[in-house]
Amino acid sequence: MAAHRCGLSLVCILIFSSLAHPSSCDTLEKANDNTAEKRSISEVNTDGSVAGEALNERQWQSTDAEVDRSDSTTHSEALTPAAARDEFQEELVIRPLHSGDIYASFQFRTLWDTDFLQEGQKVSHYRLFPKSLGQVLSKFSVRELHISFTQGFWRTMQWGQPFIPSPPGAELWVWFHDTVSDVDGNWKELTNVLSGIFCASLNFIDLTNTVQPSASFKPLGLGNATDHRFLRYATLPREIVCTENLTPWKKLLPCGSKAGLAVLMKSEKLFHSSFHSQAVHIRPICQDEQCSSKAWELRQTLNVVFDLHTSGQGKKEWSLFKMFSRTLTEACPLASSSKVYVDITDNPEGELFELSPATPLLGQAVVLGDRRTYSVYDLSRAETFGQLRSFNLLLRWKGDSGDMLRPLLHAERYVAGFGLQTGEIHTVIYNNHPYRAFPVLLMDSVPWYLQLYIHTLTVTSKSRDNKPSYIHYQPAKDRHRPHLLEMLIQLPPHSMTEVTVQFERALLKWTEYTPDPNHDLTSIVPVKEESSYFVRVYTEPLLVNLPTPDFSMPYNVICLTCTVVAVGYGSFYNLLTRTFQVDEPSPPLSKRLANLIRRMRGVPLLT
Amino acid sequence: MAAPLTLLLIVAVTIRAVLFRSSLAELISARVEVVSPLNAWKRVVEGLALLDLGVSPYSGDVFHETPLMIYLFHFTVDYAEIVFIVSAYFFRKQKYALESDRYSADCLELLRSPKEMFYIPLKVAMFYLLNPFTILSCVAKSTCGLNNAIIALFIFCTLKGSALLSGILLALATYQSIYPLTLFAPALLFFLQRLYIPVNLRRSSFWFFTLQYAFMYVGSLVVITGLSFFLLGSWDFIPSVYGFIFSVPDLTPNIGLFWYFFAEMFEHFRLFFSCVFQINVFFYTIPLSIKLKEHPVFLIFMQIAIISIFKSYPTVGDVALYMAFLPAWSHLYRFLRNIFLVSCVLLACSALFPVLWHLWIYAGSANSNFYYAITLLFNFGQVKVFTTTWLTNCEWKNRWRNKVSLFINLY
Repeated sequence: MAAHRCGLSLVCILIFSSLAHPSSCDTLEKANDNTAEKRSISEVNTDGSVAGEALNERQWQSTDAEVDRSDSTTHSEALTPAAARDEFQEELVIRPLHSGDIYASFQFRTLWDTDFLQEGQKVSHYRLFPKSLGQVLSKFSVRELHISFTQGFWRTMQWGQPFIPSPPGAELWVWFHDTVSDVDGNWKELTNVLSGIFCASLNFIDLTNTVQPSASFKPLGLGNATDHRFLRYATLPREIVCTENLTPWKKLLPCGSKAGLAVLMKSEKLFHSSFHSQAVHIRPICQDEQCSSKAWELRQTLNVVFDLHTSGQGKKEWSLFKMFSRTLTEACPLASSSKVYVDITDNPEGELFELSPATPLLGQAVVLGDRRTYSVYDLSRAETFGQLRSFNLLLRWKGDSGDMLRPLLHAERYVAGFGLQTGEIHTVIYNNHPYRAFPVLLMDSVPWYLQLYIHTLTVTSKSRDNKPSYIHYQPAKDRHRPHLLEMLIQLPPHSMTEVTVQFERALLKWTEYTPDPNHDLTSIVPVKEESSYFVRVYTEPLLVNLPTPDFSMPYNVICLTCTVVAVGYGSFYNLLTRTFQVDEPSPPLSKRLANLIRRMRGVPLLT
Repeated sequence: MAAPLTLLLIVAVTIRAVLFRSSLAELISARVEVVSPLNAWKRVVEGLALLDLGVSPYSGDVFHETPLMIYLFHFTVDYAEIVFIVSAYFFRKQKYALESDRYSADCLELLRSPKEMFYIPLKVAMFYLLNPFTILSCVAKSTCGLNNAIIALFIFCTLKGSALLSGILLALATYQSIYPLTLFAPALLFFLQRLYIPVNLRRSSFWFFTLQYAFMYVGSLVVITGLSFFLLGSWDFIPSVYGFIFSVPDLTPNIGLFWYFFAEMFEHFRLFFSCVFQINVFFYTIPLSIKLKEHPVFLIFMQIAIISIFKSYPTVGDVALYMAFLPAWSHLYRFLRNIFLVSCVLLACSALFPVLWHLWIYAGSANSNFYYAITLLFNFGQVKVFTTTWLTNCEWKNRWRNKVSLFINLY
């Protein structure tokens, strides 16, 4: 009885809290309404680049948010310097892929002009920016933070280039502020704190899988000095992503998963996909063209690719309901902009697929050097939702799609050799451009238990030697740090470049093996970058088998080895302390008796 | 004497040259029984490549050679094969010279026929040059051959009586791998015996000479170490070379006892067992020196055998070094007990090493225990070889001493 009663009271408390929540949202909604309206109008008029999308990282400066901000707000800023303004934008980009799959990319962007790293001013009033991340930034003096959790591997040849690339597993790279004295200590604490925030086992990141790349990474936000001593990079390719990682990620959003685009993120459908990646990127940016003040940008992105065939039915038709088992009913009230973009570049006359409901709004953007056209659905306008108050996008394929354009850069990786002693890592990079050569920076981080032999490194393009113009190699220290190899290679046009390096597999101590070590062991994820519009390509992680000792034998081995040592010791001891005596052979019995009698008689003995 | 020796040299050089040019050279260089992380040629090349890239060779964990070795090979890397053959030849020369020299000094040898004595140096040379272990070690271009050459030169200088050269060469050998430190005691004893200084702790002449020799040895060691520091500009090589030898971080399988033990040991006892295993090599010196103070050459043989078996990364090149000494005691062959059994064990193990390695690493049908078992047996056989030799030597000495005294009594 008592248990039943307390259960009931708990239910009541929950109902109250859910009732209390929308009321606060209501008051904020009115304030945001004006700004939202202004923005939508301005967007229809301008046909310039669609801002707010960080598809092209170079264009973040022309965000509409700052441009549209009215004078009243700037006045208020001058009067109350402590009040920091923040803003939240959400968008969903849907791109149908040529293989019939569909690629959905969510981006939630929070901009906040405040300075976490300013001394003396402790930030305590958080509104849209999540407090947990803000406190992390100020405590560890973080300048930039990029973390991603990915399940599945991005198939560049079938799907093209992703908006934001990420390797399988977990990846974390952080730029610390140059006031930090102990970067490694901060890194260790930061990984543990993030491990708690995201419910992921990031605490496995330690010195043995952290590297300090010297040239492969540049700060994506503001930053004048690029001192690579303050950069740390680590990946955990074996990390598995599941609902426990999605839930805290959703909690960081201002509207949670209750309103706006985040209602679509249901884990049963999201994880039933070919590729799923969620990431958090934090960086400082300029607020305006002149860069007079700084703001912090938090971008939470979720990229997912749904497979046509595994989702049943086989009909080439996609809808929001089919992808996410939910439809959109309202925009997030806290968002200043909430939009859905559908990529219709390959479908100018509507011959490839049919999109409904139709929309007059169009936007254009340059994505990865490519001009793409999008149909825009503005969720802050009530007419988007129609009579049923629900927005369900429908995409029906009409004809058979032709061959898609091959991606310009593509990389593969495999291990050659046989046996458990040696092997060779081959990285193959394809440059599919017909006449342009690209410089590519290849970064390779190999665990210490695969001993690389750098004198066997060969780079060949079109079966000729291709010498890299810059090589930075940091060899591994056993059990302390991994190998780091960075090379700048010039890829000739329309060619295949192969990088090979030999390695030897080490025998580890029996406690250093992962559970089920005979199954697979590791992971090396090289990164490749291209300079003009900064494409980063990841290759697959590698599975390498290591020779294993017999795990059931520690006691036996100790006993047997000590036995052999003891045999040696015993023989030595024996020979060192033994004295040799000449042994007179004992006389036969008859002689002894005769001697006995002679002794009694007192006569000399026989010899 | 010159003719058979020259013939032997020609045969040995031919065999090595033939093997160098064949495809077996690559295969042999990769065998774990022949090369170890300390003296593999691949690692020397890797160290030189790192030096060319501008990275210190000691910043990683691949290269564990001493700086003098880097500079030696920096200039002769293209002629590496020739360097190894030449070192083998010098080794021969030293062995031959030392044998022919030694027997005039040892009084026990008066009891053997001059004809036997005459052929001993040749037998020693043959035992070393035509030993399959040495040939494999040379073809694999393992720097073990160079270390053996330095030790042989040291023995030669000791027997010739030149204390300064002996000190310098011993310092060089210790600089290469720490274990020849234990050879200080037998060398000292030999010089004392040669100079007729009795080994009496109360006599000042004993201390005077000991201090002189120790000063020469330590001085040359300091000079060589200082030179290495100036060559590379840092002390990085000390933890990389000597720290590596003592702490055994690399568990690559070899023919020794350490690797599997440290792979399977409980982490809590790591320091304890490292200390035990390393002390095991060094602490037999004092008792052996006391017991064998009249027979310093035999003591050298014993020390080299102990080092070869109990060092942290042994290879077959080290085994070949002490095996080459065995003909020096050919008078004991008749009395050696169980010699057939022990030699069969060693031969069988040598044949089984590559088989079980292949089964573990390539075929996947055996596991590491198989290779480990053969390692145990091989080391057990080695222990038996030299304890048997020692035992027989003691017995023989004792027997002859008694016979001689009896002989003197009769007359």
